[in-house]
Amino acid sequence: MSTSSHTLEIRDLHASVDGHEILCGVDLEVRSGEVHALMGPNGSGKSTLSHSIMGRPDYTITSGSVRLDGEELLGLPTWERAAKGLFLAMQYPVEVDGVRVSDVLESALHARGERADDLGRRLHVEAERLAVAGEFLDRGVNVEFSGGEKKRAETLQLAVLRPRFAILDEIDSGLDVDALRDVARRIEAMTAEDHLGVLAITHYARLLTELRPDRVHVLMGGRIVASGGPELADTLEEAGYDGLARELGVESLAVAAVEAPVDPFADPGF
Amino acid sequence: MAHGFTVDAARALTGPEWLAARRVAAAERLVDAPWPTAGENLWRFSPIERFDPQRYRPERTPPPQWHGLDPSLASKGVVVGGFGDLDDGRFRDLLGSVAAASEDVFTVLHDAFLTDGAFVHVPAGVVVDAPIVVEHGAGTEGTAVFPHTLVVIEEGAEATVLERVVSDDATRLVVPVVELVIGDGANLRYASVQQHGSGTWQVALQRAHLGRDATLRASAVALGGDYARLRSEARLEGEGADSDLLAVYFGDGEQTLDFRTLQDHAAPRTRSNLLFKGAVEERARSVYSGLIHIRPKAQRSDAFQTNRNLVLTEGAGAESIPNLEIEANDVRCSHASTVGPIDEEQLYYLETRGVPPAEAERLIVLGFFDDVFDRLAVPALVEPLRAEVDQKVGRLSSGA
Repeated sequence: MSTSSHTLEIRDLHASVDGHEILCGVDLEVRSGEVHALMGPNGSGKSTLSHSIMGRPDYTITSGSVRLDGEELLGLPTWERAAKGLFLAMQYPVEVDGVRVSDVLESALHARGERADDLGRRLHVEAERLAVAGEFLDRGVNVEFSGGEKKRAETLQLAVLRPRFAILDEIDSGLDVDALRDVARRIEAMTAEDHLGVLAITHYARLLTELRPDRVHVLMGGRIVASGGPELADTLEEAGYDGLARELGVESLAVAAVEAPVDPFADPGF
Repeated sequence: MAHGFTVDAARALTGPEWLAARRVAAAERLVDAPWPTAGENLWRFSPIERFDPQRYRPERTPPPQWHGLDPSLASKGVVVGGFGDLDDGRFRDLLGSVAAASEDVFTVLHDAFLTDGAFVHVPAGVVVDAPIVVEHGAGTEGTAVFPHTLVVIEEGAEATVLERVVSDDATRLVVPVVELVIGDGANLRYASVQQHGSGTWQVALQRAHLGRDATLRASAVALGGDYARLRSEARLEGEGADSDLLAVYFGDGEQTLDFRTLQDHAAPRTRSNLLFKGAVEERARSVYSGLIHIRPKAQRSDAFQTNRNLVLTEGAGAESIPNLEIEANDVRCSHASTVGPIDEEQLYYLETRGVPPAEAERLIVLGFFDDVFDRLAVPALVEPLRAEVDQKVGRLSSGA
């Protein structure tokens, strides 16, 4: 896609799941080439935000807006949001038996009116850059991939599709140090070369040492309670979410008891 | 019963004398045989109550057609022909001997009106590389036809047999019987494809008997018919025998596709594997009922059975009933069965890449069949079959 400047603008977003309000007014603005980190404890609404932006069917948006270059995305089906330039790298990429990455990307490119003639070559180049073994391209997408292989494969799809904005939902979970570095380097290159805008959602600061953010936001209780430069991540590392919450006078850290399954690969600290 | 399946009708059909005598004997047994009812376990979930023999008249079954036969086969002693090749009597006793072990009223009906069929004989040690392709006729409107296939692969021989039957949308009854006799150390790859029209009732039996260290790779593709039933059975008679039964089915409209399977282990160290995968849409139904039977002598055997069903629309339905009967104590057996719609998580995942829902559904359905496509006994079937499934899925998502 073009390398001109684009804006993803989230305004006063309220969303609920099964009748429970999870997002209670989120404001965020990401521009092309910027990396924003969104941090928050478990249950703070991080994944809900990513799925609300993407239009997951079982999430209800009660008010607010999500605009891409001024165009309202709420109300559009998920695939159209993707076709307009959003990409969600999932925390738990779904296994799809018998459907190869190339099948998925070919359909996605065709759906937005692009040719897929050199898809094989692009896949090859990206597989090399991301150290994805060729056999993974021949299997069903994510089927029998390790946690790290899944995240490399998500990044590979992101790199081939070249969206305007990427939402990375805990892309660091399940990754070892090498994989984290490979993935972060590829994404950084995309921000520099293709002006990709990034919203990186994470629980842990370790991603931010690899993927250096321009802005850091802290989500608690369904609201962004603090925004700042990269130094905010350092503050958070020292004080922890509890400490920051006390400092800010925020009562509720979490709105949902457990938002996602416990990540077995996560860092124990923090 | 005031239908046309009488002893006189069986006698009146043309053909060799030995076959006529066989028909009459079967027709006499048919006189007192009751038609099955849905109350019987073997017919559970079937529309057998709708079966009306008065709608069909028995007729001479069209002789099978052979395609692309290698002329050098005859010099190797390979016989690929019709029942005329049974006239010398050497293999005549084998005709019906496999099916007789799994008789029901439709196999008796088959015997009572059997006029011709396909006969394949591969002598000991002969390897036939190219697939032997046979096309069966399905008769004309209002007729009942009885295609038969007898395949005899002798010790250490190898062959691939592909059978296909196609019919139009007229009302008809097709009752095929396929008998596969696989000798010690022999290897048979067998595939059948049915593309019946919407007015066809098919009640088929396919049964194999395997000798010591014999191997069967069998695939069934079921796409058509108003009601299309296939009993698929393998009896592992010799130690070390190995059978693989696969099926792909896709029902739409008002179809019922019905599968009853048997993996019958009668000797030690035998192995069987079964993978049946199907999809139903609109108001179609599918039935899978399968039994693994490990007899007392079949120690140290392995048997696996998997049936998976995709139900693509709300009005469609699938039944899946796996069963085990194990009479030996040193065996490995497992069965798995699933019935369900397309996974919402998979759909959403593909949509987040920018794949529209109808296209995502198409990819997921084709992907669902991918592992069984990969293992089909005749690889040349895969592309046309994939195209056929593609078309069926496309029909649904375009709302046609």
